[in-house]
Amino acid sequence: MSKNSRTRASLYGTATLATLALGLTACGGGSGGSGASSGTWDKNATVNIGSLYEPQNLDNTAGGGQGVTEALNGNVYEGLFKLTDDGKVEKLLAQNHEVSKDGLTYTFTLRDGVKFHSGKELTSADVKYSLEKVLADDSQSARKSNLEVVKDIATPDAKTVKVTLSKKSISFVYNLSYVWIINSEAKDLKTTEDGTGPYKLAKWTRGSALSLDRFAGYWGDAAANKKVVFHYYKDASALNNALLTNAVDVVTSEQSPDALEQFKSNQNYKVNDGDSTTKLLLAFNDKAKPFTDVKVRQAVSAAIDDKKLLESVWGGYGKLIGSMVPPTDPWYEDLTDVNAYDVTKAKKLLSEAGYAKGFSFTLDTPNYDPHPTAATFIKSQLAEVGITVKINTITPDEWYTKVYKNHDFTATLQEHVNDRDLVWYGNPDFYWGYDNKQVTRWVEQAEEASTTEEQTELLKKVNEKTAEDAASDWLYLYPQIVVASSKLSGYPLNGLNSQFYAYDIKKKG
Amino acid sequence: MGRYLLRRLAFLLVSLALASVVLFVLLRLLPGDPANALTSVGASPEQIAAARHSIGSDRPLPEQFTHWLGQLTSGDLGTSFVSSLPVGPEVTARLNVTVPLTLAAFVLAVVIAVPVGFVAAYKRRTWYGAVLSGISQLGIAVPVFWLGMILIAVFALNAGWLPSGGFPQDGWAAPAEAVRSLVLPVVTIALVMGASLIRYVRSATLDVLGSDYLRTARALGASFPKAMWRHGLRNASVPVISILGIELASTLLGAVVVESVYALPGLGSLLATGIAQHDYPVVQGVLFVSTLAVLLIGFAADLIQRVIDPRLRGRLSGGAR
Repeated sequence: MSKNSRTRASLYGTATLATLALGLTACGGGSGGSGASSGTWDKNATVNIGSLYEPQNLDNTAGGGQGVTEALNGNVYEGLFKLTDDGKVEKLLAQNHEVSKDGLTYTFTLRDGVKFHSGKELTSADVKYSLEKVLADDSQSARKSNLEVVKDIATPDAKTVKVTLSKKSISFVYNLSYVWIINSEAKDLKTTEDGTGPYKLAKWTRGSALSLDRFAGYWGDAAANKKVVFHYYKDASALNNALLTNAVDVVTSEQSPDALEQFKSNQNYKVNDGDSTTKLLLAFNDKAKPFTDVKVRQAVSAAIDDKKLLESVWGGYGKLIGSMVPPTDPWYEDLTDVNAYDVTKAKKLLSEAGYAKGFSFTLDTPNYDPHPTAATFIKSQLAEVGITVKINTITPDEWYTKVYKNHDFTATLQEHVNDRDLVWYGNPDFYWGYDNKQVTRWVEQAEEASTTEEQTELLKKVNEKTAEDAASDWLYLYPQIVVASSKLSGYPLNGLNSQFYAYDIKKKG
Repeated sequence: MGRYLLRRLAFLLVSLALASVVLFVLLRLLPGDPANALTSVGASPEQIAAARHSIGSDRPLPEQFTHWLGQLTSGDLGTSFVSSLPVGPEVTARLNVTVPLTLAAFVLAVVIAVPVGFVAAYKRRTWYGAVLSGISQLGIAVPVFWLGMILIAVFALNAGWLPSGGFPQDGWAAPAEAVRSLVLPVVTIALVMGASLIRYVRSATLDVLGSDYLRTARALGASFPKAMWRHGLRNASVPVISILGIELASTLLGAVVVESVYALPGLGSLLATGIAQHDYPVVQGVLFVSTLAVLLIGFAADLIQRVIDPRLRGRLSGGAR
């Protein structure tokens, strides 16, 4: 799970959450493209990118944060595999790989002729080092817990890596797309880098900007531009002003819907509406009364008009979802009809559950947008079926301690950023306390599945069951809005989670 | 004078020490746990404990304090909890933005306020004297961020003359660009600061204009400009200088608003981020340096006043003649 980040504009307060969220945020999108026709473009252009997510440092296993993923992942550092913009896994530094019959041993062959920015050639020792770095005791990597199935890493020769797992893990290859392959001899990774990507770090000025230069020795196709500069802003309106004055060419993730009109009505800009993986949840404590009763959860879900909420928060952007699964996850299916908005049904369910006269509960609400808005909306909607909502506004820190750690809540609002995070419903100890033995088993079986089809099949079952049970109320899926100068093409649209591949960006002269 | 300087220096050190204690304790009273920022949401209690241990926030407060003090005396501001990078160089880098910003705004504010304040007082019975007073009154009421937004809308978004924010990545290595990006922020601060200064200059001038010594000087045959130059200005400047000190100090601390409106990588924005992340070393570092600056400014203002007004030398130095 996770929260925050891509969604909030102003708020220094977010930073805390962003870092924290980071943890779980890391999953990702692929490159894809904006689809604009290329025509002729300036091969020596500098592309200026505006972002709200500044790296804390440049090491993604040492708390670098969401910003470091956005700027460096795929651009400066590469993994054995990469995620495409529509959520598919592709080979990158791995030439190919084989899985043993028992599904426990993965043998990877590395691509030839790959050089680090320092000039050193990539070997299996670097891959081993990089994996171990993620798994190290002091690692703050988001992926650490997913990769803990790794039992042994062997390097029979310079081009081969053999990884043995303690149990089957169908997500292993997918998880590898987050592991940066780093030169095992590199030093000072918090402020410098040594990756194999199409760009090398030119300069990082903390608080201000990070620039990347095209790497001449890149093994693959050279970047379509000569230089990219990530400019960091703390405030969405400052970022929009930068776009309006051409100080930046593209904004990685637009957080203020009010600002979109000025770009939509101006032909110098293109507003792209992509799919995010960020879900806004009304999370019940399924272990606390009255939400222990499935009918109560269904009733509350049915009493809230998600469409109206989405409209009021994001205008015409974003999507409705009927479960924890966004369209870019492989096991997506449209479940918006399950527990859809229906006041009559809600009232009926409530009286069946013995709450004909309603009840009242406290809703722990993070103090940053859009939670207060959503909470007020929910309060008025539930009032119509006789439920009284007491809104308790809390800081991200309080949320983390009170709700996430201590499970001391009845219901709460929260953003969950990650892709493929449905699996948290298989963990009865997770903060929302959903406990269904069958679901837990399906989730476990899915991870140990032999084929992705089998995995998908099982997770679809989880999807349907949790939706039916109204394990939480999934209010809506955030939009992923990239606003760019119309001179630009080739930028990522979905930028799932925090990735922003810059090497395909073409800028007209 | 020598004994006076020693006394002031001792006072400065004691203030700084007290400030550091207050600062340290207040920060620890804030709700929230810095370890939260270091661990991912799925972190186990062991991982959180390890994070606390790694940044030393699990140690007793007095121990943390003496550790910090020890670092300080060797000129080390510590290491950020969040980025695990040293705080000192970061603060220095940010000062490269905040100090020029504050000083330029200060000078501009003085340049505006002194003549305007004087005219507003001397010509208070004319229509333009009244208008000047009115404008300064208005300037005091205007919030800094609002003025900043207006200036951005007019000069950056509409006219396109100046950048709407940001600071060149190469900093002062690209001087023309750096200056350009500071123009609007400087003007923003200077206008707001200048407006309140005008009021002080005006009232100080009014005091002087109604004083006996000025009348006496005129009666003895000095022309108004000459009397004003020899007696008036000197007297008027004493209260104004103490206000200038306070204004300069508050601008330094208040730069956080302007820096966020204009997306400037200054001390203020570093402070804001640090607070949000419970990054105590960063917050302590910034506030410590700011406190030092404020105390030094107060010291300087005091010294200048004493140079200008000999009467103060006797009074404030506690009999050191």
